Amino acid sequence: MDTLRQLESDQLRSDLPDFAPGDQVRVDVRVREGDKTRIQAFQGIVLQRRGSGYSETFTVRKMSGGVGVERVFPLQSPSVSGIEVMRKGLVRRARLFYLRDRVGKAARVKEKRT
Amino acid sequence: MGLAMMGKKIGMTQRFNERGRAVPVTVIELKPCPIVQRKTKAKEGYNAIQLGIGKRKPSRTTMAMAGHFKKAGLDPMQNLQEFRLSDKEMEELAEATSVDLSMFESGDFVDVTGTSKGRGTAGVMKRWNMHGQKATHGVHEVFRHGGAIGQCATPGRLFKGVKMAGRYGNERSSTQNLAVMDVKPEANLIYIRGAVPGPNNGLVVVRKSVKKGHKKAIV
Repeated sequence: MDTLRQLESDQLRSDLPDFAPGDQVRVDVRVREGDKTRIQAFQGIVLQRRGSGYSETFTVRKMSGGVGVERVFPLQSPSVSGIEVMRKGLVRRARLFYLRDRVGKAARVKEKRT
Repeated sequence: MGLAMMGKKIGMTQRFNERGRAVPVTVIELKPCPIVQRKTKAKEGYNAIQLGIGKRKPSRTTMAMAGHFKKAGLDPMQNLQEFRLSDKEMEELAEATSVDLSMFESGDFVDVTGTSKGRGTAGVMKRWNMHGQKATHGVHEVFRHGGAIGQCATPGRLFKGVKMAGRYGNERSSTQNLAVMDVKPEANLIYIRGAVPGPNNGLVVVRKSVKKGHKKAIV
């Protein structure tokens, strides 16, 4: 097992910022169209971070035309070209699934000020 | 059969493909396997090489086996296995003292043989993938049973080989047509797409795929 964790940790990326559930983030997603790649932004609130190490994923939720859209990104995937934290959220739990049942003003997350 | 190698299953992890998708991979350690014995058509009546892997304490080695290793000029090893070769393959290995993972490259298809994890006494749902019965609708006490196992007065007996509960696992098992995703010669590791029989640290045999050995996977 140690060899395996070692192999994985060698490949972990260090270019990603610290972020937590409740944060407003912009994920720059590498999209491949034919033989061209371009960057597409996906901006929303982080609902959860799941797993650890090389297999960690995170879920981002945004409202798009009145419809909630959630995307799950593997944190270590090369398709996640970058993450920018737009706003730190002040939340009291690690899984923010309650946001799914809320719309409009109720679906807001308090900002964490430091 | 062709040339094959013995190695150790390190475990499973994931890698990302060019589209950024996670792909499950098994890491297998393939250290160079020394050739312990060569069998030839002239002497034994068939062509084969015997490969060894692991270490065995001299105190745990029988005198007969100690002599066998001494003849090859090697320290006692834990496992030995013989692989039948063609005349051509035998010729190619005429000078070799060991076999290493250079026989595999990224994109090859391989078959991996190991000893599956022992599951002890297992019911028919786990062992034979039967469906069991409903959890509700009046079913009682037979939720995980397989159903009928035979007929009535004709034939008045059970046919041989009916699938029932019993010992499951801990038997030789092969997974065929697995693609090699990556080879790391400096660390003696290969990455194979998908799962492989047996527990981590278990002994596995990796060989060129019998069915798709001539084809290449898109990695």
